[in-house]
Amino acid sequence: MKPEINEIQEEIIEEFSLLENDMESTIFYIMEMGSKLPPLEEKYKVEENIVKGCQSKVWLVSGFENGKVIFKADSNTEITKGLISMLIRIWNERAPEEILDSELYFVERIGMRKVVGSQRSNGFASMIRQMKLYALAYKNLPV
Amino acid sequence: MIDINAIREQFPVLHQEVNGHPLVYFDNAATSQKPQRVIDALLHYYRFDNSNIHRGVHTLADRATEGFEDTRKLLARFINAAESEEVIFTKGTTEGINLVAQSFGRSMLRQGDEVIISAMEHHSNIVPWQMICQEKGAVLKVIPVSPEGELLMDEYARQLSPKTRMVSIVHVSNTLGTVNPVKKITEMAHEAGAKVLIDAAQSVGHLPLDVQEIDCDFLVFSAHKIYGPTGVGVLYGKRAELEAIPPYQGGGSMIRDVHFEKTTYNDIPYKFEAGTPTIGEVVAFKPAIEFINELGKPAIHAHEDQLFRRAMEGLKAIPGVQLVGTPAEASGIVSFLLENTHLFDTGMLLDARGIAVRTGHHCTQPLMELYGIEGTCRASFAVYNTVEEVDYFLESVEKITSR
Repeated sequence: MKPEINEIQEEIIEEFSLLENDMESTIFYIMEMGSKLPPLEEKYKVEENIVKGCQSKVWLVSGFENGKVIFKADSNTEITKGLISMLIRIWNERAPEEILDSELYFVERIGMRKVVGSQRSNGFASMIRQMKLYALAYKNLPV
Repeated sequence: MIDINAIREQFPVLHQEVNGHPLVYFDNAATSQKPQRVIDALLHYYRFDNSNIHRGVHTLADRATEGFEDTRKLLARFINAAESEEVIFTKGTTEGINLVAQSFGRSMLRQGDEVIISAMEHHSNIVPWQMICQEKGAVLKVIPVSPEGELLMDEYARQLSPKTRMVSIVHVSNTLGTVNPVKKITEMAHEAGAKVLIDAAQSVGHLPLDVQEIDCDFLVFSAHKIYGPTGVGVLYGKRAELEAIPPYQGGGSMIRDVHFEKTTYNDIPYKFEAGTPTIGEVVAFKPAIEFINELGKPAIHAHEDQLFRRAMEGLKAIPGVQLVGTPAEASGIVSFLLENTHLFDTGMLLDARGIAVRTGHHCTQPLMELYGIEGTCRASFAVYNTVEEVDYFLESVEKITSR
């Protein structure tokens, strides 16, 4: 049984709390999470898959299988890759409604604003928006 | 020798922790920190003297005007202008270049004329010339840069011709730290009959600078990069050149007489100072210059050069570090990339250790294209930085590369 969205958010909050707000450890941890993201095939690393509004390059692709949204992503920077890996951890293989109805409160709780700074958090907001847009598109697919 | 502790005492912003570490501020090429006396002067102006200048007969207007004009006189001596009327207050380097591009360009450029810039210019010294050249049908030429980050002077010599009207060149590159031979560049331009503008934003606070010795026609810089407030800059121009070109904007002190039929313009420098300037900031610019003068440029340069050399040598010795630009003549700025870490990640990891560096293209995108890179990490030094900070920075870079 796949954990609920909020359960995963609590997990992430718990993991970050162990880092005790140490900025360097936090960044290294985010980078490490990114390194565990399955590699994205080169053919997907094209302009049209780039998330607009990110300072770094983030390629995001999605699919829809058995009523669930599948996300894959990569980035040219390790921190950004770590950030999107967290979103994928939470939202991958979920029904569009689940994604659209969820609220990502972990961002505030782990002090993400401070971690990523304003320029990056704008990019992070773009990633969230893009993933929700995909979910919305699949939800509205004609049956 | 300078007393680094006494200097640091004057900069309140330096005495803080960032992410649990003492702040190491190496983003001085973007903007420098301000000594207490500059902050005090700004507060004092708004607290006691705030008034508009050049018009009022009352005491406050007098004080404000005097403070404003005192800064002008001091700046004239600071760059060795022949007279203080040759110092025009602008919003900053960018406005200064735009002013010359528009005023000089509109009155002096004709179809087929040529303007020369270089491949290491900041966007502020590219776009204003592109705009006016396009408007006037003039041609913009670009002096190429060597892989080490030096201007190809032979190419420059070939580009100069009787068609050249203006040569607009950066003194010290904000990305590579290259010190360009501006005296030679000016001499060659003058032989071809062209005028010269020098962008001294990255040099005026760090290197000895004498406009009469360089013999440039125009020179621009900003206050905020040399310990002064933001929103203020200087356009220096030789009297004859400033008198030969029309005003840039209309209104305020730039006017002598206005009639609906005809307006006559004020003399320099007022001809170019339309509207109410940033008076408090100009007043507070004076103690910034006094701060530099007290230390003396040679002492400042010697100290910053020591930091620069230590950083360069240190970075060279760390495996996985790629230096971007290694010119023979360089000043205060090191640009680098790490093999295993994206430049944004490097910047964030350094910030996590309290070190502020700049990451990105530094508004020199054509230069980045030339090197085939997205940007660099840039550490730039000011007089309040220390050898210990450089060592901590090097140790931090090593930690990132060896992870």
